[in-house]
Amino acid sequence: MSLKNKQRAFFAVKKGDCMNMNKKLENVGLYRSEFEKDACGIGFVANLKGVAAHSIVKDALQMLENMEHRGGCGCEENTGDGAGVLIKIPDGFYREEASKIGINLPEFGHYGTGIIFFPNNKRIVEICKEEIFKAAEKLNLNILGFRKVPVNNTGIGPTALAAEPHIEQIFVESNEPLADSKTLERKLFVFKNHATHTIYNTVEGTHDIFYFTSISCNIVVYKGQLTTYQLKTFYPDLQNEKLKSAIALIHSRFSTNTFPRWKLAQPFRFLAHNGEINTIKGNINWMNAREALLVSEVFTKAELEMLKPICDPGQSDSANLDNVVELLLHSGRSIPHVMMMLIPEAWQDNDQMEPHKKAFYEYHDCLMEPWDGPASICFTDGKIVGATLDRNGLRPSRYCLTSDDILVMSSEAGALVVDQSKVIQKGRLQPGKMFIADLEQGRIVSDEELKEKICSEFPYSEWLVKNKITFKDLPKPDIKYDRLEGKDLLAQQIAFGYTNEDIKIILEPMAEKGKEPLGSMGTDTPLAVLSDQSQHLSNYFKQLFAQVTNPPIDPIRERLVMSTFTNLGGASSILDTKPEHCIQIAIKQPILSDSDIAKLRYIKHPEFKEITIQALFPANGKLGALERGIDRICKEAEEAILNGNNIIIISDKGVNADFAPIPSLLAVGAIHHHLIKLHRRIDCSLVVESGDIREVHHFATLIGFGASAIHPYMAYQSIYGLKREKKYKYSDDELVEHYIEAASAGLLKVFSKMGISTYQSYHGAQIFEIVGLSEHVVEKCFNGTVSRMGGIGFDELAKEVLVRHQIAFPENTDIAPKLEVGGVYQWKRRGESHLFNPDSIHLLQYASKKNDYGIYKKFAQTINDQTAKAITVRSLFDFDFTNAQAIPLNEVEPVEQILKRFATGAMSFGSISHEAHSTLAIAMNRMGGKSNSGEGGEDEIRFEKKENGDWERSAIKQVASGRFGVTSYYLTNAEELQIKMAQGAKPGEGGQLPGDKVDSWIGRVRHSTPGVGLISPPPHHDIYSIEDLAQLIFDLKNANRAARINVKLVAEAGVGTVATGVAKAKADVILVSGYDGGTGASPLSSIKHAGLPWELGLAEAHQTLVKNKLRDRVVLQTDGQLRTGRDIAIATLLGAEEWGVATASLVVMGCIMMRKCHLNTCPVGVATQDPELRQRFTGDPQHVINYFTFIANDLREIMASLGFRTVNEMVGQADKLKRRDNITHWKYKHLDVSPIIHKEFAEPTTGLYNKISQNHNLEHILDWKMIEIAQQALKSKQKCTGSFDIINTDRAVGTMISNEISKIYKGTGLPNDTIHFNYKGSAGQSFGAFGAPGLTLELEGEANDYFGKGLSGARMIVYPPKEAKFNAEENIIIGNVALYGATSGQAFIRGMAGERFCVRNSGGTAVVEGVGDHGCEYMTGGIAVVLGNTGRNFAAGMSGGVAYVFDPKKEFPKNCNTEMVELEALMEEDFDIVFDLVSKQKEYTKSKLATELINNWEDLKCHFVKVMPSDYKKVLEERKIKGIVRVTS
Amino acid sequence: MGKPTGFKEFTRELPAYRDPKQRLGDYKDLYVEFSDEKTQKQGARCMDCGVPFCHFGCPLGNIIPEFNDAVYQGDWKLAIDILSSTNNFPEFTGRICPAPCEASCVLGINQPPVAIEHIEKSIIEKAYELGYVKPFIPKERTGKKVAIIGSGPAGLAAAAQLNKAGHFVTVYERADQIGGLLRYGIPDFKLEKWVIDRRLEVMKSEGIEFKLNSNIGVNIDAKEMEAQFDALVLTGGSTVPRDLPITGRELKGVFPAMEFLSQQNKRVADIKVEVDHTGKPYQNGSLSAKGKNVLVIGGGDTGSDCVGTSNRHGAKSVTQIELLGKPPVGRDENNPWPLWPMILRTSSSHEEGVERQWSLLSKAFIGNEKGELTGLKVVEIEWKTVDGKPQFVEMPETEHIIPCELALLAMGFLFPDKTGIMDQLKIEQDERGNIKTTNYQTANAKVFSAGDMRRGQSLVVWAISEGREAARAVDIYLMGTSNLEAKDEGILAVH
Repeated sequence: MSLKNKQRAFFAVKKGDCMNMNKKLENVGLYRSEFEKDACGIGFVANLKGVAAHSIVKDALQMLENMEHRGGCGCEENTGDGAGVLIKIPDGFYREEASKIGINLPEFGHYGTGIIFFPNNKRIVEICKEEIFKAAEKLNLNILGFRKVPVNNTGIGPTALAAEPHIEQIFVESNEPLADSKTLERKLFVFKNHATHTIYNTVEGTHDIFYFTSISCNIVVYKGQLTTYQLKTFYPDLQNEKLKSAIALIHSRFSTNTFPRWKLAQPFRFLAHNGEINTIKGNINWMNAREALLVSEVFTKAELEMLKPICDPGQSDSANLDNVVELLLHSGRSIPHVMMMLIPEAWQDNDQMEPHKKAFYEYHDCLMEPWDGPASICFTDGKIVGATLDRNGLRPSRYCLTSDDILVMSSEAGALVVDQSKVIQKGRLQPGKMFIADLEQGRIVSDEELKEKICSEFPYSEWLVKNKITFKDLPKPDIKYDRLEGKDLLAQQIAFGYTNEDIKIILEPMAEKGKEPLGSMGTDTPLAVLSDQSQHLSNYFKQLFAQVTNPPIDPIRERLVMSTFTNLGGASSILDTKPEHCIQIAIKQPILSDSDIAKLRYIKHPEFKEITIQALFPANGKLGALERGIDRICKEAEEAILNGNNIIIISDKGVNADFAPIPSLLAVGAIHHHLIKLHRRIDCSLVVESGDIREVHHFATLIGFGASAIHPYMAYQSIYGLKREKKYKYSDDELVEHYIEAASAGLLKVFSKMGISTYQSYHGAQIFEIVGLSEHVVEKCFNGTVSRMGGIGFDELAKEVLVRHQIAFPENTDIAPKLEVGGVYQWKRRGESHLFNPDSIHLLQYASKKNDYGIYKKFAQTINDQTAKAITVRSLFDFDFTNAQAIPLNEVEPVEQILKRFATGAMSFGSISHEAHSTLAIAMNRMGGKSNSGEGGEDEIRFEKKENGDWERSAIKQVASGRFGVTSYYLTNAEELQIKMAQGAKPGEGGQLPGDKVDSWIGRVRHSTPGVGLISPPPHHDIYSIEDLAQLIFDLKNANRAARINVKLVAEAGVGTVATGVAKAKADVILVSGYDGGTGASPLSSIKHAGLPWELGLAEAHQTLVKNKLRDRVVLQTDGQLRTGRDIAIATLLGAEEWGVATASLVVMGCIMMRKCHLNTCPVGVATQDPELRQRFTGDPQHVINYFTFIANDLREIMASLGFRTVNEMVGQADKLKRRDNITHWKYKHLDVSPIIHKEFAEPTTGLYNKISQNHNLEHILDWKMIEIAQQALKSKQKCTGSFDIINTDRAVGTMISNEISKIYKGTGLPNDTIHFNYKGSAGQSFGAFGAPGLTLELEGEANDYFGKGLSGARMIVYPPKEAKFNAEENIIIGNVALYGATSGQAFIRGMAGERFCVRNSGGTAVVEGVGDHGCEYMTGGIAVVLGNTGRNFAAGMSGGVAYVFDPKKEFPKNCNTEMVELEALMEEDFDIVFDLVSKQKEYTKSKLATELINNWEDLKCHFVKVMPSDYKKVLEERKIKGIVRVTS
Repeated sequence: MGKPTGFKEFTRELPAYRDPKQRLGDYKDLYVEFSDEKTQKQGARCMDCGVPFCHFGCPLGNIIPEFNDAVYQGDWKLAIDILSSTNNFPEFTGRICPAPCEASCVLGINQPPVAIEHIEKSIIEKAYELGYVKPFIPKERTGKKVAIIGSGPAGLAAAAQLNKAGHFVTVYERADQIGGLLRYGIPDFKLEKWVIDRRLEVMKSEGIEFKLNSNIGVNIDAKEMEAQFDALVLTGGSTVPRDLPITGRELKGVFPAMEFLSQQNKRVADIKVEVDHTGKPYQNGSLSAKGKNVLVIGGGDTGSDCVGTSNRHGAKSVTQIELLGKPPVGRDENNPWPLWPMILRTSSSHEEGVERQWSLLSKAFIGNEKGELTGLKVVEIEWKTVDGKPQFVEMPETEHIIPCELALLAMGFLFPDKTGIMDQLKIEQDERGNIKTTNYQTANAKVFSAGDMRRGQSLVVWAISEGREAARAVDIYLMGTSNLEAKDEGILAVH
């Protein structure tokens, strides 16, 4: 054995341990590296004619620096998250450099090169190189040599430096003559994959470091864990004038981690991605499954083997996307084609799409599920450069082209300053559209032309017609369908775990009304693993959801991007394009009726073969019976595939006294993962026929683990039973239809809360965290799903099934079994335990009314003592006094200090009554805590103190997605501004306040029309990513720099990394809410099944922040069913220094947990707007204070016993917690809570609680200058003017000065146009945000996203540079999401706006010359005049206000979503309004279009269409009759 | 479910009492007819609470919101199914329960509570009317034999449940009629006895045997019973009345309330007034209040029954006195919802005519030379709280005499009769003199107990609850498991 081989052997042995050790080090506690996310700024500069120049690279790097604010920075200012640039190979430069080291490069195109990151260890470099040589040899490639890439690491932060790789450049050529450069490119791809895999597998410590940034004969990538400023200094190559390229594609990364990861920097080999692939787990699983089927004409079998595995779960989502792009590209498709395949437009329900394009998408749908999520992707293969946007356009991308052929594309307009007189075109990327510049042809290729060409390459339509089967065309078999009745029905219902609640609360509303049931308040029942009631397996799964790093979607108002289509049947190789690939059955949605499943079962078709596998196990109670059942069905599925079956129905029909059902989720998961392991998963579709499926969450989990279609037969049988009982007016079929409708809508909601728009992407994506299943069960059935506490195994699961089974099939048949009452949604004696039950509610109310600490202690006892019945995770903990030195109580900091750390939850005026809302506020203000306005605005009269000194003002003002009543004055009146990213009871979802709840008071406070319903969208439309959140934080800090900015998150797997990102985005406070918090109205499935308990979320957030050394920058807060001193103490030990107590505060004020908030019938006047019921409110601020004082004292007692003098000392001291000793419960004795109470290692210098304040970088903003100039105006209302140059890094201009106006002049502000400022250039994001009355901002140039966000009375004017040559009305001038949440003020925009213009506008007036998709979405008031084209889905969710659209081509109606609005002709008064506004547009902006309109008014005015919300119209008419003229405030 | 706004639309309405003049002339039920529609509206008032305190407040755990809704929907079948799943005898509780459910009704926080008791009575009456009450005859018998000793509500409930579980059940009663306090303690105007008979018919057809005049340990050997049966359930009630051992107690005219009340029930039932409810001959002959000044000592329900009965006898005057102070009209701050309200209650009997006095301590009965009662010497007292405990002091110069010829002692019961079976089987007692059990089982594994005999004097609803729970304990003892419903544990619980 040679020395080297010996070393190798040594490594091979050591590797296993080392890997484990690494894994352990990294994934200790609750943190998992897989949770990391990133977002970014991207762009490119290119010469359209393909002329290479160093200036292109230089400009691109300049642009990169101007997007620094889109990148992130960790605990060190000089360690970036990553930056990079992809350029065309600078052949001349490399040739010269290579010759210096004795390498003679062949002709351009005949050699490949790339930069490689090696571990910084000479010996390992050598070993790696050896492998590289071997790989080259295998592929008959010749390595010409390595060049040490010059680097200069001065100024690089220590964290980045610690992981700095050894960087070399490789030069390779082929030993044999190759047909073309494509062939060489392909070989290089195989070479790179193979070399990388072997090195990872054999050389220790390489996985996180070793990396080919690229290897190609066309392009090369320079990148690293750098800030945007460091990139060019680090790589001196990039500053060399000889380095020339026609393309430079850049990326700056903002990640949620700060661990050194050089290889995660972007761009990758072909693309730079700004966004997040939400479905990555599923995509990787499906790719793995597909690998066995890969067949290609261009790769040999051996080469294909060398390529595998394509994906690497250890890499980022973007990296994996790049891996697949690489594969598809090299197998012969063009890069745009590949992009269309992976990130398709929303085609399914788009009637306007050309048939052949639809066919293209439908065909490719059979090959590949969409890689779904918000994405803006720039890509290049060196010949064409382009960009594409996800189907919903959730990332900004702006471009401009100059007369000297320079094309600039980036996340922001103006990131590169270009001579405006040379600009000939400006535009933005549109949702689902592609932008391509072909540098060989020297021109921009339009989306239409490009796709036309790609879509007509093959006769996709013909193939589909010939091969694809539509489900509804399958013949209906002539069979008799079962109907269960009486005892038989009951027995089956019981066996499958039905209770009366399931029927009454879940099934009835679904079948009768087609709606998923709503509930209110939070959940206070045990986690499935803590409950001693037999559980449905799905209850162990908690849905994940989108927050911060990507946006959830509105599945109702943005239905057009959603889809439930899928295909059944086996799949084939994705590397070629053949007609057979689309031999599949297309189904519209996955829930099958009785006759649907029969169609599949009796299918007669040569290409489809069905088999049913019986998912039952012997009900004899023998150990191992369930697992043996699982093994049996897996084996049967395997055999079924070998026998050519491609539709497998997993059925649990046939349950009887001897056989019990295998939980359907377990059966599907097991088979799904068994087949994935065999690489046979895509040979078939799994269809589930089960009796245990009834609610939306059951469907969601099944789909998430691989079911393609589902037949919930017992739900149907139960509905038929209901029909017999209730005599509905609907037929059986209609009831089932309603049920399917409700479940289907529910599913879309579940997908959308994760930001996923299609069924196919959700399919198998495993977007859950498991709480309470053993590693063995997870490994076998749900492999790869996050599960951090362990839990029960197969035998325990069997036990839960058998309990039901025994009741269903009793030995003594005399006593007829009955359905249990339930008790999950309401407290019931025989049902599930609840924290709030008659006992605890009574004691809490009694204690706080009487101010009796003794009674409070009794109350606390009912909550704390969960030894007999565990409800919460914290019930598993005990304080650990082992090393504790108790101190006297009087040495603990006083109650008054502690009271300041309390907040009440965010409850809007609207969800609770004015009486309840203001009582809480008074109580909190008296005791120094903070109440929270909630998302419904706040009446300005409450901003003034009362005569007796009481203050009804909420210290925390919430900013939620609806932005109701969020004005400059509102923001000014706060000590804290809370951005609600999610709410525990319905994370990832929006809300709706029905019109009948919007009385005149609420209407006024929310700046909307009484009687008209209000919608809170699921996402903040100005937060689609982490850098957007950073922007909103910056905006709010400008709007009130004295206020802390709080970001509210909800606990879920990965919330720690999100919190890290939020800390880096400069939040002052991070709130991690538990999933169990309250709500005024929310779907029951969301209340119960989305999110995690705060113990997990808080601990993860704290641990991760400590790990990242960011903990001391933020205050960490938690809430969610906190009630007692013990709860608070545990929260503090797990890392929270502030706490929210909401539900219990309501109970103190009289709430008796009616859970009827959503019905407006609260009988104690707490959660109702009914004036009669409000009178029944008896709450008293003093009672609330009494209660909080109890908790504080209770906490102090615990602090004393543990020896903590202050709360700060106590924060994060998780080693003072231990697992309770006496846990013997059969079910949760298996739980491992050590990850939660893990105390993250921290160096002595690492702060464990908030010690330093964030640097918000407000020192150098433009507003300071503006404020200085406006001194007289602010002091004495004197008119003033000023002029400024502006660039894209000048963000939130006008916001701080508006704050100054609001401070002095309150809501009224200054008289119109008192302050008039002119700007020239490209304004940064949020130009004029929360602009107050009296301010006029006039911009010559262009603006980015969030123009006029939250406009509160200011006037905004924007027009193109005077020297610009292009037609203003045809070019984009402001970005996406303009006038979001505007409440008053005016905007005149000469040019086009991007997506979501005037979204949630409730009072602003705007004139614009064209808008993108989703214009006037959710608008509730104000006026929008659109003088040009609109995108699709105009007026979705628009419940108030008016839009006037100039539509001479009569194209508008098809773009308008008329679900809530009517299109009508203008009346005389309308013409007056429009004429006036267009005249102003002409006057202020000199608009050509406006001038033409005014000049030809009488001829042209007929082309205006009025968009009128139906409800709004009704209310206006009613008001007219009543003689009330003004309706909006 | 239900009518979400029903509680705002409708107010509480109950059937009216018959005119006092009319009702004082008979011992018949007090109420006038009430339409189903009206009852359904009362059902609509239920708010279907997230935390149904009524369901918590009801000792039986009646699933009240569910049956309220069924009544509102007019689904009487469903209503009786729900009601009978937790309560064997709604016809008793629907008439005479003080309704702790209504006291804890959430609507009761600020409005009159839902008329739960009336709804309960309506459901069961409707169920009888529509033929929904059917005997439950087990198809298979377990072969186990259980004896129930004492036929009050606890014994009857235990019997019904154990029979349902398939055991052979025999009920032993020392009196001449089945029913215990229901039969001889509660006057007919509150519970007409056909209501009991109707239920007994059902139980008999279910296969339950009843043995009258059977005083175990007195005229039947308890040991023999123990040998003969697989289990015994002692449900003999709390039958030893609290006495008033003051001067003059021996005077003619001072009697325990039960002696007085049971006689009247016998008269209404047309049974000779010879043997009392314990099977012993009446010591003092036939008692009547006619033309007398009646003094009822004790302010509770039994006292109230004495008032009603005395008025029906034609008493000259009726006075009721109570040691405790006069309760407040509304809730005291120390007695908030949902606790049982300690407030002034006025029964139908009170409305018929009585003078009520509180805070009076009885000092001595006064008699004439014939040894006949002529009055009671009382003194006014004042209640104070000392060290958290209520104590009274006599008020100086307030002693006076209340003239009366008949004094009825209605001061509650102390504990069960310890002679007879308890003695023979050496049943262990708790510190209050009641039968000591663990989960209804005595130290003698075969012997169980329930109701007042175990719990001490309490409500009928508690007796039924005890009987049910004890039956389940017996069933588990006999069979290992039980399909009988438990009050607080659902069948879906896994252990």
